[in-house]
Amino acid sequence: MKVSRLKRIRETLAKGMMWCSMLLVFGLLVSVIWTIFSKGMKAMSWDMLLKLPGGGFYIGKEGGFLNAIVGSLYIVGASTLLGLVVSVPVVFFLNVYLKKGSRLAYVARLAFDVLFGVPSIVYGAFGFTVMVYFGLRASLLGGIIVITLLIIPIFIRTMDEATRNFPRDILDASFALGATRWETLKVVVRQIAPGIATAALLSVGRAIGDAASVMFTAGYTDSIPTSLSQPAATLPLAVFFQLSSPIPEVVDRAYAAALVLTVTVLLISIVGRFITTRFSKNKV
Amino acid sequence: MTAGNRILKDRVAHGGMLAMTIVGVLLVAVIAAGLYLKSRAVLDSTSLWTLLCGSEWRPMQGKFGFLPFLAGTLWVTMLSIALALPVSLLTALFLTEYARPVVRKCVFPLLDILAALPSVIYGVWGVLVVVPWISRRLAPLFVDFSTGYTVLAAGIVLGVMVVPLLVSLFIEVFSTIPKELREASLALGATRWQTAWKVVCRKTLPGIMASTVLAISRALGETIAVLMVCGCVIGIPRGVLEPCYPIPALIANNYGEMLSMPLYESALMFAALLLFAVVLVFNLASRIVLNRIGCDNS
Repeated sequence: MKVSRLKRIRETLAKGMMWCSMLLVFGLLVSVIWTIFSKGMKAMSWDMLLKLPGGGFYIGKEGGFLNAIVGSLYIVGASTLLGLVVSVPVVFFLNVYLKKGSRLAYVARLAFDVLFGVPSIVYGAFGFTVMVYFGLRASLLGGIIVITLLIIPIFIRTMDEATRNFPRDILDASFALGATRWETLKVVVRQIAPGIATAALLSVGRAIGDAASVMFTAGYTDSIPTSLSQPAATLPLAVFFQLSSPIPEVVDRAYAAALVLTVTVLLISIVGRFITTRFSKNKV
Repeated sequence: MTAGNRILKDRVAHGGMLAMTIVGVLLVAVIAAGLYLKSRAVLDSTSLWTLLCGSEWRPMQGKFGFLPFLAGTLWVTMLSIALALPVSLLTALFLTEYARPVVRKCVFPLLDILAALPSVIYGVWGVLVVVPWISRRLAPLFVDFSTGYTVLAAGIVLGVMVVPLLVSLFIEVFSTIPKELREASLALGATRWQTAWKVVCRKTLPGIMASTVLAISRALGETIAVLMVCGCVIGIPRGVLEPCYPIPALIANNYGEMLSMPLYESALMFAALLLFAVVLVFNLASRIVLNRIGCDNS
């Protein structure tokens, strides 16, 4: 039968195309990772990780990018903590205080979805304007604030996802024992702990890799900031600035910084997987 | 602790949380208002029409025509979506309709990694792999000379960045189709591909479109990776092998120097406002569609 043969040819063709696109996607992933590792491994050394940029750093003299590593750690650590403090109550409010199908919850979720989609350069521009308004200069504080704004939507969305499937019965059980909604928070937090951890990791991953927002708000410096009002270097910017240098030694440092960034993100991804598979087992 | 105390605590917490949620929601409005206030200066001095359709960019003389940048953004975004869409659609169809759970279990973490890599890493990859490939292999076939820093390079890099987002959105959308629908189609003698294409894809067309719009809005705002490979030459690109200068790159490149000129700063803020407005509209529209068809976690 002719029709069935055509059908079969199409089926095979479609299947072939699907395999091709799958392979293409993973070929690209391998290409990206391979490029970063092969270039970065060559340039990597302990000096890179443990030293500050020395004199004549930008013409290829010795030094490392400890300033960027520490700057990134400061910004990411502080903004993740701040983000957590702001978003846990919001998620809790959306899921426990508000009833299902609440108008406010819908609008709030939509708003956070939109905020999630706002490009980081817009956050950067907005953050910079606000900083100028308050007379702040590019500083660690500015970077922390903008990155916090950037990751709050990620926090809320990820935790909200984990909380939304939260069994209603547990809430009812807690209420039936006479607990107020505020006291029920303890029960909920314990239950969604893996969700919070995943959200935190996702945010850390996004926060550490974002360059456009910290470009103007955190600035760049060769030293480690000692106060909130000093500028701070970050890893993505270290990659970005040094890659455009004409001197090979400086470009090598960009590769090494890119490797550090990639390894961090890969580790975060693996740990995140581990947490979700390991700890979601004994959930109710 | 007395009962009244506990209830009071609950009330206070309620108020505090409500306030925090509302502040979060209002942040959208605050960003819009802040950017608008800053861009008023340039809107007063130049008409909206000239801003959007003028192609003269001379900040020193107070002439701001955004057309080259708009064209650059449009070219790069459209190209990246055109490249990423078929690949993502086929990958998502494969993963939901064909692949065994084992395959899915192996593939999802890899997609996660692809989504998690910072954009500056994609930028480095673009500079090291895509740009030389274009300038050495591809461009000589069509033009005399190209540095490789072109619309095409930006489109490819951006396309790769958008793929994981599109795939995960598509998978979410496809999973809203009930199993019975697929079984009915298969029972009528349709092949798997026919089922995938004519039942799953057709039924989820609004979802597919909404996901694509969401991906477009993500691609519009991508900054660093594009900035590193787009060439940053002001001018309307006439083909994919020409350099371009998208709006996010414009903002990022000129941030430091703009403070000395209020009108220049205002023009860049207008660019950010423009970006924000487009992303806002695209996001709202696609989220509402996605919520309606029942994949609210995407």
